[in-house]
Amino acid sequence: MIDREKIRELERFATQIRLETMQAFRALGFGHVGGAMSIVETLAVLYGAVMKFDPKNPHWEHRDWLVMSKGHAGPALYAALALKGFFPASELLTLNQAKTRLPSHCDRNKTPGVDMTTGSLAQGMSTALGVALGHRLSGQKNYTYLILGDGECDEGQVWEGALFAGHRRLSNLIAFIDYNKKQLDGYTSDICELGDLAGKFAQFNWFAQDIAGDNIGQIYAAIEKAKAQQERPSMIVLNTVKGKGCTFAEKTLLNHHMTFTREQADEAIAVLEAELKGGATQ
Amino acid sequence: MTILLAKENVEEKVAMRDAYCQTLIELAEKDDRIVALDADLMNSMGMVPFQKKYPERMFNCGIQEANMIGVAAGLSATGKVPYAHSFATFATRRCLDQVFMSAAYAKLNVRIIGSDPGVTASFNGGTHMPFEDLGIMRGIPEITVLEPTDSIMIRDLVKQLADAYGVFYVRLLRRNAIKIYEEGSRFEIGKAVQLREGKDATILATGLCVAESLEAAKILAARGISVRVLNVFTLKPIDREAVIRCAAETGAMVTAENHNIINGLGSAVAEVLVENIPVPMERIGVQDLFGEVGPIAYLKERFELTAADIVKRVEKAIARKPQAKAKTPRRRAAKAAATNTK
Repeated sequence: MIDREKIRELERFATQIRLETMQAFRALGFGHVGGAMSIVETLAVLYGAVMKFDPKNPHWEHRDWLVMSKGHAGPALYAALALKGFFPASELLTLNQAKTRLPSHCDRNKTPGVDMTTGSLAQGMSTALGVALGHRLSGQKNYTYLILGDGECDEGQVWEGALFAGHRRLSNLIAFIDYNKKQLDGYTSDICELGDLAGKFAQFNWFAQDIAGDNIGQIYAAIEKAKAQQERPSMIVLNTVKGKGCTFAEKTLLNHHMTFTREQADEAIAVLEAELKGGATQ
Repeated sequence: MTILLAKENVEEKVAMRDAYCQTLIELAEKDDRIVALDADLMNSMGMVPFQKKYPERMFNCGIQEANMIGVAAGLSATGKVPYAHSFATFATRRCLDQVFMSAAYAKLNVRIIGSDPGVTASFNGGTHMPFEDLGIMRGIPEITVLEPTDSIMIRDLVKQLADAYGVFYVRLLRRNAIKIYEEGSRFEIGKAVQLREGKDATILATGLCVAESLEAAKILAARGISVRVLNVFTLKPIDREAVIRCAAETGAMVTAENHNIINGLGSAVAEVLVENIPVPMERIGVQDLFGEVGPIAYLKERFELTAADIVKRVEKAIARKPQAKAKTPRRRAAKAAATNTK
């Protein structure tokens, strides 16, 4: 368990990630806002309290790995990495610019701290399994974390990987699904019903949990539980809100990739800045 | 590169798959990075000896080619050296996006083995008969595309790939090949191997068309036509220097492959010729058709991959040479010789 103070610290880190991500989006006037915002609390817990890493040595062999299979959430990951010192936060404003190290989708060859190239959905599932398998084969004790989108689970490859990992009892893999209930074209329930994702993964021989995905305490506790068992790969289904914490995105139905006005971005950023200030005075 | 040519081109005693498996075992003994993956075709590929010796390093993924390629890419990210096999159809068509993004775009280190090339899919029929795999893979940037010719070559290439880095597609016959090389041969990836000297035309051949081309060259020699034969086992990067040199020296080019003439060796050679030294060129290969079921001998005839087919195309290419059009004595002599042997 973590104490209230640590939870408050991680909540603050989450707000900082949101703020940095929104500032990068504001510079462009467009972006994958919805899915970047909904995964922020999980990134805050992973990079703020759980994962082993060394920002000065991003390829440190004993580090924990993160595969952001929903590669379009790269901008939120970049913000977390910058805030942890992998590269200067000022670089976040180069998002998607010519010759940037921060492309819209994650690229292991470009960004310090990004462990796997992703973007074509579901492929991070398999590459994460390979990483976990490789570490197990080498007797390494580190964990591989994997973040999938909910719409991504429409892809057959996710379920190939689910079978594979369950069969091989890859307990050094801890996966999340950002179940924000929306995909590019609308609600997942209207397009391709996903139903009880935790139940499905449990059927595939995973240790599955279903939690409030924007609750820092629950995310941390779920990871602790996942590590406490050494039998199966873990799936933590995060019930989240697409666009969470971004005033204009939360209100928009189709918020997977969106354009917005400078005023909308300014307003969203002002709210986040006020949140941070409020946190500081508490 | 050290090339020792076999005195006789006869069927080898060892199957290609067994040479492959044995070489992987030898590599794995010395190198704990070596791992093998398969998608429920381990028995077909003869990988059981590897699995028995290294059960923890053989990952049979089940019938999941897409997942297999991603797992292989992930394994390589942790320093392992994966060799992933399926039938060539499934190792390319079925998981192209995974080969593209998880392996190649991500600049990871994966060897993909696609077995049963072209007509050698034989009794599995058209659904399993890859005439497009080389072309599919050739379109991916930075990938290396290889088609080993016999067991001596596959042994050497599998060993070389252990210490190479990148994405490699190896198109592999599972059965016994016709012997082209002798023990001790060392090949250089990207360098074509000249098997026979000649001055009237050049045949650039790969896979089972190599032996057919040597046979065709013998038939043509009896007709007074001198044909050079090269084994172009690396489709990508294509040996530009050899293609240009042979075109300059012989003036007529014929490619021969157990693959669609579109996107394969014929296309690769044509691209080099047209940009550098356009000369008459003919392409032996499958003329943009789907495969079908049947014995290999029937399929070779059906898809015009035999020595006799190659002979006809070489004669056609030579006839298209500018000096031939000017009705040089050589052409008439060749024509006379051809008529005499009928």
